[in-house]
Amino acid sequence: MAEHEHTEHIVSPGTYLVIILTLLALTGITVFAAFVNLGRFNIVVALLIATVKATLVVLIFMHAKYAPERTKLVIIAGIFWLALLLFMTLSDYASRVDYRGVRYPMTQIISHTLGNRA
Amino acid sequence: MHRTGALYGQFKTLEQQKDTATLGMWIFLVTEVMFFGGIMLAYTINRHTYFHAFAMGSNTLSLGLGGFNTVVLLASSFTMAMAVWSSQTSKKGLITLFLSLTIFLGFVFFGVKYVEYAQKFHHHLVPGKNFDIFYCANNPTKCEDIDAADMAKEKEELEVAAKADPDLNAHAQLYYSAYFGMTGLHALHMVIGAGLLFWLLRESVAGKFNAEWNNPVDIVGLYWHFVDIVWIYLFPLLYLIDRHK
Amino acid sequence: MRTQTSGPAPQLPEKHYLNATYGIRSWLLTTDHKRIALLYLASVTFFFFIGGFFAMMIRLHLLTPNGYLLTPDQYNRMFTMHGVAMVFFFLIPSIPAVLGNFLIPLMVGAKDLAFPKINLLSWYIYVIGGLFTLWSMINGGLDTGWTFYTPFSTLYSNSAVAPAVVGVFITGFSSILTGLNFLVTVHTMRAPGMTWFRLPLFVWAHYATSIVMILGTPVIAITLGLAAMERVFGLGFFNPAMGGDPILFQHLFWFYSHPAVYIMILPAMGVISELIPTFARKRLFGYHFVAAASLAIAVIGFLVWTHHMFLTGQSTYAAVAFSFLTFIVAIPSAIKTFNWTATLFGGSIAFDTPMLYAFGFLGLFLVGGLTGLFLGALGVDINIHDTYFVVAHFHYIMVGGAVMGYLGGLHFWWPKITGRMYPEWLARIAAFILFIGFNFTFFPQFILGIMGMPRRYHTYPPEFQIYNVMSTAGASILAIGYLLPMVYLTWAAFYGKVAGDNPWPATGLEWKTQSPPLTENFEVTPVVTWEAYDFHNRPDLGLDVPSGKGSPGVVAPAHGDD
Repeated sequence: MAEHEHTEHIVSPGTYLVIILTLLALTGITVFAAFVNLGRFNIVVALLIATVKATLVVLIFMHAKYAPERTKLVIIAGIFWLALLLFMTLSDYASRVDYRGVRYPMTQIISHTLGNRA
Repeated sequence: MHRTGALYGQFKTLEQQKDTATLGMWIFLVTEVMFFGGIMLAYTINRHTYFHAFAMGSNTLSLGLGGFNTVVLLASSFTMAMAVWSSQTSKKGLITLFLSLTIFLGFVFFGVKYVEYAQKFHHHLVPGKNFDIFYCANNPTKCEDIDAADMAKEKEELEVAAKADPDLNAHAQLYYSAYFGMTGLHALHMVIGAGLLFWLLRESVAGKFNAEWNNPVDIVGLYWHFVDIVWIYLFPLLYLIDRHK
Repeated sequence: MRTQTSGPAPQLPEKHYLNATYGIRSWLLTTDHKRIALLYLASVTFFFFIGGFFAMMIRLHLLTPNGYLLTPDQYNRMFTMHGVAMVFFFLIPSIPAVLGNFLIPLMVGAKDLAFPKINLLSWYIYVIGGLFTLWSMINGGLDTGWTFYTPFSTLYSNSAVAPAVVGVFITGFSSILTGLNFLVTVHTMRAPGMTWFRLPLFVWAHYATSIVMILGTPVIAITLGLAAMERVFGLGFFNPAMGGDPILFQHLFWFYSHPAVYIMILPAMGVISELIPTFARKRLFGYHFVAAASLAIAVIGFLVWTHHMFLTGQSTYAAVAFSFLTFIVAIPSAIKTFNWTATLFGGSIAFDTPMLYAFGFLGLFLVGGLTGLFLGALGVDINIHDTYFVVAHFHYIMVGGAVMGYLGGLHFWWPKITGRMYPEWLARIAAFILFIGFNFTFFPQFILGIMGMPRRYHTYPPEFQIYNVMSTAGASILAIGYLLPMVYLTWAAFYGKVAGDNPWPATGLEWKTQSPPLTENFEVTPVVTWEAYDFHNRPDLGLDVPSGKGSPGVVAPAHGDD
């Protein structure tokens, strides 16, 4: 971006209305889905819907869709670092054997693969 | 005191000033992501390890109040976005209207939160010496705000959970640590946001914002939307852990 | 000696940032980044004394195997408060808050940082956090180790944990705001022609440091917040009795505290990248690689934290992964070291005091960095974890590396900051004293570590005494090495020889303005047409360096960004 003279992109109230209605609908769906027994996938569905909602807020309400590239990089860096924190720490927990009597799925896969030699 | 819309000394143009402030706010929001991320990690690990206690805890929350608050906050994001639009199109009256609505919705959220917190305190569900997940089940007369049908359900759930987890009370306390930690932190951020909104309201009434200069409305909007996004995640994580029994 | 001796003696400029306004309010309410830098200089020096006092107590106590000076509880407080004061209140702020604040606007050609008021706020936040921690130090002390491991810190310690933790929490925001200010300034406040790849590497280093500050510090904030909640309100995430996990605390703590060490070293590396080209009078070798390496260190530094936790019951898989990443993070540092050395080759080297500190850095950082690899090797770490080997390793990097960089930078930019030159020969002697004292203090600690002396113990077997005595003796020499610059730099600020705009001469934009600078830095916004460290195309420096190599550069149309 060489210049910051980009004319400000003004999002219309109509667009905002569509978004808020979508967000409300998604909230309804998330509550509904919570009452359906999807087992392990309940949390996946819940987080997926939440992420769609968050994405709509970031892109439209926060104008990230119309922001300079640099802003998009900042957003992605933030999400990436959060993912780093969560996944790398969880990888330690997941790979511990018999962590207080709770066998994490990862541990089971590993010990199964190694024929319980681990 | 610096006048809103005036050019600060270190900048060359108003455009540079706007660009700088907006980038600053985005970077600040990234720090907030990492800040909440830490407690999210604590939540994730403990939810996985003590699922029964977390499910139990989650089911003692009022889905109605939580859902209502979610709607309120989403609506406040809408009114905030409209306030930004109003400032971009120089509609002074509408800026004031939408900022006021946003503040109002924020206070509705606080009100509901207060009701929820007061209830938890009353039911001995605040982490500490008096924490007791079985309190209402053992003393139904002390918890009249739970009706008979819900009380029966709760007793049943407690029995099942206690069988699955002999140390249910201690682990439920972890759930409530997460609950109060995460919603408390969120509420604190909302209070700060409300303060910023009051400041914006004052400036907008004084006619400071228009198509040429609306940066403060924009960046407070960014902050407010972020606070909304945190709640978008908190709602399913805290209220919807295991509702399908 | 490198400084220019020809021509008429320079005069101090009539107006500059130090005499622009008078009175205590003009300092305490300033938004001038240069004055704020001096406010920080005063406060970090204060905490350096505090940390130094505790270090003195440690070393005096360890003169004898059975410690006559302190009780075990008191000893725990000494090493804890030494660590807390030095890490959070000296090392992390030092170069960024003092030199970074002062120089970055000058180096990019701006009148001030992006957010001058937030800059002042960050200093006040630092002071308030410092006061909380001082309160804790005076009222019961702190005995948990600077690492605050739970459940000792949250449940069992009888020391003033809560105020200390609150103090560190608050000061963290000072760090975050500084980082935010730097990032935005580099993006939006550069002068016309100052493209990214014409920036001094000092700026690149601080940009990388700021990334770490922004992404890491909030995590320790929430961690300490949760620990404080646990101690005061009984929350429970780290309490095994409630099903919590002390290891979770360690993960959250080290997620920040490992990158924190890169916050401490990257700015020092940035200083070195300025000193070596100046005193070798040669362009820095591999500018792009050094810039990229700074970013690489910042990013990869976030991927290795679990190497502090090898002995906590990790699985082999996790341990191997983090050990591997630990070895990888050494590579960009090595790239920088090779590039600095290559810059020296064929250069016209002068041994002014800043260069002495740069040489000291090169050698000591090398030792410190390489011993980090010893610790990163799993089998070896099992034996030397929590021994004096670790203590020696990090002191070589933090003191031998970061503090040397800080002192080298202070000396190099002192003429710019004060308009006056420090006494060169006294400074060289002090640098030697410091170097000798440092090595006598910390090299024996490597040996102690290999021999098995654990860290944080108030007693040790008698056969270790000779090395402990050597270390304490070295520490007293080191102390002199620190006190001397404090005295003569202060003296020089008022009575030193007037330095002129560019005494070295050096190529940065900060040297093109008067010493001390005007409050608004430049009379006219500079327009940059030259590359960084380009001694060949800078006739204004008055050097007899053959000219012609390298293009004069093109002026970019506007200030600001990417």
